[in-house]
Amino acid sequence: MTTEQITSAIREFILGRYPELELRDDEDIFRLGFVNSLFAMELVLFIESHFQLSIPNEELALDGFRTVDAMAALVERTATSGVAAKG
Amino acid sequence: MTDTPATSPFTRERFRAFADTEIAPHAAEFDREQRIPTELVKRLAAEGFLGAVLPTEAGGPGMDMVTFGVLHEEVGRACSSVRSLLTVHSMVAFAVNRWGTAEQRAAWLPGLADGTALGAFCLTEPGAGSDAGRIAATAERTGGGFVINGTKKWITAGQTADVYLVFAKAPNGMSAFLVDRATPGLRVKPLHDIMGTRGSMLAELEFRDCEVGSRALLGPEGMGLSLVGTGALDIGRYSVACGSVGISQACVEACAAHTARRVAGSAPLREHQLIRRMLSDMVTGLEAGRLLCRRAGALKDEGDPATVMATWTAKYFASTAAVSAASDAVQIHGASGFGAGAAVGRYYRDAKVMEIIEGSSQIQQLTIAEQAFQAAAGPRPSRSAAEEKVR
Ligand SMILES: Cc1cc2nc3c(=O)[nH]c(=O)nc-3n(C[C@H](O)[C@H](O)[C@H](O)COP(=O)(O)OP(=O)(O)OC[C@H]3O[C@@H](n4cnc5c(N)ncnc54)[C@H](O)[C@@H]3O)c2cc1C
Repeated sequence: MTTEQITSAIREFILGRYPELELRDDEDIFRLGFVNSLFAMELVLFIESHFQLSIPNEELALDGFRTVDAMAALVERTATSGVAAKG
Repeated sequence: MTDTPATSPFTRERFRAFADTEIAPHAAEFDREQRIPTELVKRLAAEGFLGAVLPTEAGGPGMDMVTFGVLHEEVGRACSSVRSLLTVHSMVAFAVNRWGTAEQRAAWLPGLADGTALGAFCLTEPGAGSDAGRIAATAERTGGGFVINGTKKWITAGQTADVYLVFAKAPNGMSAFLVDRATPGLRVKPLHDIMGTRGSMLAELEFRDCEVGSRALLGPEGMGLSLVGTGALDIGRYSVACGSVGISQACVEACAAHTARRVAGSAPLREHQLIRRMLSDMVTGLEAGRLLCRRAGALKDEGDPATVMATWTAKYFASTAAVSAASDAVQIHGASGFGAGAAVGRYYRDAKVMEIIEGSSQIQQLTIAEQAFQAAAGPRPSRSAAEEKVR
């Protein structure tokens, strides 16, 4: 899966939940103020189920979820670390 | 439609038999005495029910979430106080397993799985309930960790828990901490004579210069509420939704039995149409609530993010249905439903709590409506369309 494919899947998930949003891939979704407290968890669930991986606990920092780009980088790091793939 | 996988040792029949022999006959006593005996907690642990949310590698029974929901429904049918204990313990076990470091998991999961360490969830404060952003408890950094100061109130199982999952404001934002009961500076004050779930052993906790090591921090600093709290509350909300279905089931069973026995006019109550109307509403609320819970549980098993909102909807519906069922159940029983020790009176008091905890009905209405507005603002791409694009 290419970075662009990962990015577009994440963007689609966010826009699926917030259709009116105009979102750049490097924009801080938390700073935009639309994210409610449930959405961080939905994002984690989406990333894990869609990309079939388990995000290691040390990767669970706010910065990894701030932007579409950051989330895509997190997916790539986790997927290549080899230990994270779901059984 | 079957509830539990055919190959699983955990079936509704097994849960029901346990609830009927070990819990239901004593529920009035738990309510009166305002406590759940340690022996019952041990039996729940021995059955694998306390650690039910944990996978086998964490010492749990590896129950799927639909089955977990059926367990909480059956225990909730027998006694909401016991179900409340399972709820908060499961929330803590889930959080440690999901967000804990290897060290935290090794320290706490064996005890949480076998019941030698009971967990409690500590978010609410005297000045902050629904609006968790108002939490005043602080966790200041010290050389070796954090110092926690503040008060937590209405903490289920707070009287007996061994480990508290505590939310406090740290330098980088709201954070979650695992606090051992033996930590100096922590005082536990029992809360007595609450209206419902009277056996749930509530406490107020006072943290005064409570020093915890940096290994007490659960999950990333600053994501205590958005990740650890939200994840744990999702499990708690699911448990309360299923427990509410259990209350409705108990009401239906009590009313079916009572209306067959009690005669009014020339016929048993069950022959009167106005009574049948109440019963039919009760059954419809019960069945619909159970289906919403089943859906939320199945989405959890699939790891589908839609489970978060499905759980809100299930809890909102099932808790209001339980209050309505319990109110009608008291009505159908007349004075005998109102008297001391009446089971339906207990269901009524217990059901009311379900509309307040794990997100009150009003907060659920706000959240569900907000979601509806977002969904209506534009087409939500289907999962398959998204998948289409990445392949
Ligand atoms: C039996 C019991 C067990 C509990 N166990 C625990 C536990 O284990 N751990 C824990 O942390 N807490 C626990 N709680 C506390 C519980 O989570 C809170 O009571 C709940 O979050 C509501 O907060 P509150 O009571 O402060 O009410 P408030 O937040 O003060 O709300 C009061 C009323 O106003 C409504 N309201 C609030 N905000 C809005 C709004 N924006 N718009 C419209 N209406 C609104 C509410 O729905 C409610 O009807 C328990 C409570 C009870 C009764």
